[in-house]
Amino acid sequence: MEENPTSWFMRVTVTILFLFLLAPVLLVFPISFSGDQVLAFPPSSWSLRWYEALLGNTVMMSAFLTSLGLAVVVTILSLIIAIPASYAIVRLKVTGSEFLFNLFTAPLLLPTIVLGLAILIIFASMGLLATFTGLVIGHLVITLPYALRVLSVSLGNLNLSCEEAASSLGAKPLAVFRKVTLPMMAPGIVAATALCFLVSFDEVVITLFLTGPRMTTLPVELFHHVESQADPLVASVSVLLILMTLAVVMIVDRTMGLTKAFMK
Amino acid sequence: MTTATFDLPVVAQKSSNTVGIAVALLLPIALVNAIGFILPVLNLARMSFNEALPGGGIAEAFTAANWTGLIQDSFYIELITNSLMVSLGITLATLLVSYPIALYLHRASGAWRTFLTVLVISPLLTSAVVRTYGWIALLAEQGPVANVIAAMGFQPPRMMFNTTGVVIGLTEILMPYMILSLMAGFGRLDPKVEEAARTLGATPFRTFWRVILPLTLPGIALGCLLCFVLAISSFITPKLMGGGRVFLLATEIYDQAIVTLNWPLAATLSMLVLIIFGAALAVYSRILRMIEG
Repeated sequence: MEENPTSWFMRVTVTILFLFLLAPVLLVFPISFSGDQVLAFPPSSWSLRWYEALLGNTVMMSAFLTSLGLAVVVTILSLIIAIPASYAIVRLKVTGSEFLFNLFTAPLLLPTIVLGLAILIIFASMGLLATFTGLVIGHLVITLPYALRVLSVSLGNLNLSCEEAASSLGAKPLAVFRKVTLPMMAPGIVAATALCFLVSFDEVVITLFLTGPRMTTLPVELFHHVESQADPLVASVSVLLILMTLAVVMIVDRTMGLTKAFMK
Repeated sequence: MTTATFDLPVVAQKSSNTVGIAVALLLPIALVNAIGFILPVLNLARMSFNEALPGGGIAEAFTAANWTGLIQDSFYIELITNSLMVSLGITLATLLVSYPIALYLHRASGAWRTFLTVLVISPLLTSAVVRTYGWIALLAEQGPVANVIAAMGFQPPRMMFNTTGVVIGLTEILMPYMILSLMAGFGRLDPKVEEAARTLGATPFRTFWRVILPLTLPGIALGCLLCFVLAISSFITPKLMGGGRVFLLATEIYDQAIVTLNWPLAATLSMLVLIIFGAALAVYSRILRMIEG
């Protein structure tokens, strides 16, 4: 009997706090169907006008395409660069590999506002500002640490005996890697792909320093839009972004189980 | 004897080969790291000692003027103390609203626990711009929160374009980090210990104060460190919800870099953020030693 009032109190508190945590994300869905001219909740009427407005907004659409292309290129490059690197660090275990691992994941320790400014100043002197190449390198700085970390964990968890069996049967090192190691790393590669894609597609702060009127990404365009005006357009973009993220997460979940991918 | 002399050169050759392969495999990542991280950060540190010329020019120099200027300018003194106080306030608020959820999750089990954990993580996958936009809708002058307060018969306070909005928005945005840190540190909290305290006659409050809280202090310390450094370096939410009226370190770095084009000053402020990071880390390890020792 004494237990009940406390656990009841606990449950109500936790429910309210969960509402607080999820409110801003949930609110975006009804607002995106608003029929009003300005941002208001609850909307006075409902419509699809802001989804139509989004399709007709050439700046947003081209920013979306830039973001998509950027995220795809960055993800592919991240895998091409990080898979060999994780192999060198985990399997070849050269002296100082632990130091190298820490060095290569160190960019995640820096606040993005500092990293963004630092990259801005260097890229300005290299003529890389507001260029696709500049954005790719800028994003690689933060996607590579994630990729390296996820791939190293996945490689470290693999059983060596299969690879040893293959090489004792006469397979060359490269063949062992291609035919045995790489397929066994598949779950880690899927997780790294999803993570790199989402990190690149969502990145705002560093990108804000590297974009210009000529070259901009969707999150940066959203930021500037929210900064200058309050209308439901951002809500319709947000809904599409959330659905896309959900799709990526579900693909990962289907392929390998979410907990296995991110909880390690 | 012959096999031994035969083996040695082979081993030596293989290891030098391995090093060569490793260097080749690590070269691309090292290149990105050098161009996008080491070089920029070293250059930033150097930039903080350069001299800013009016109109965005920079003179190569080795002067501490930017640094001494910070300490002498009352605007920057206020900016720095304001940033520290607001970040500490946000950290405390985040701890208060996250602790019950973390405790509840720690005690939950099975599919329910998995479901709630996904709910906690899911906002992390949503852009900070989107979540801040949600808060702008919630806290607007005629928004739902203001309406509820008005319906209860109070004069709704201004919650947008001031520190209140920034604190509310950032508290929510940092909650997942705090909850996950707290849960990571809750490992020592065994339900049997709580049960023992209760059977021995402790009130729920006393059980919490004397048993649960001390056992969860490492998690609290970790969560607070993480949220403090994230709060003091966060930019999106203060910029959008402060509406240019809330001056914090991160927003000032951006304004100096992009609007005023005073890169030496922006670099100096960035270095200051890194120094504050270091100090927070030192305080954290000290507190951790006190708890554990």
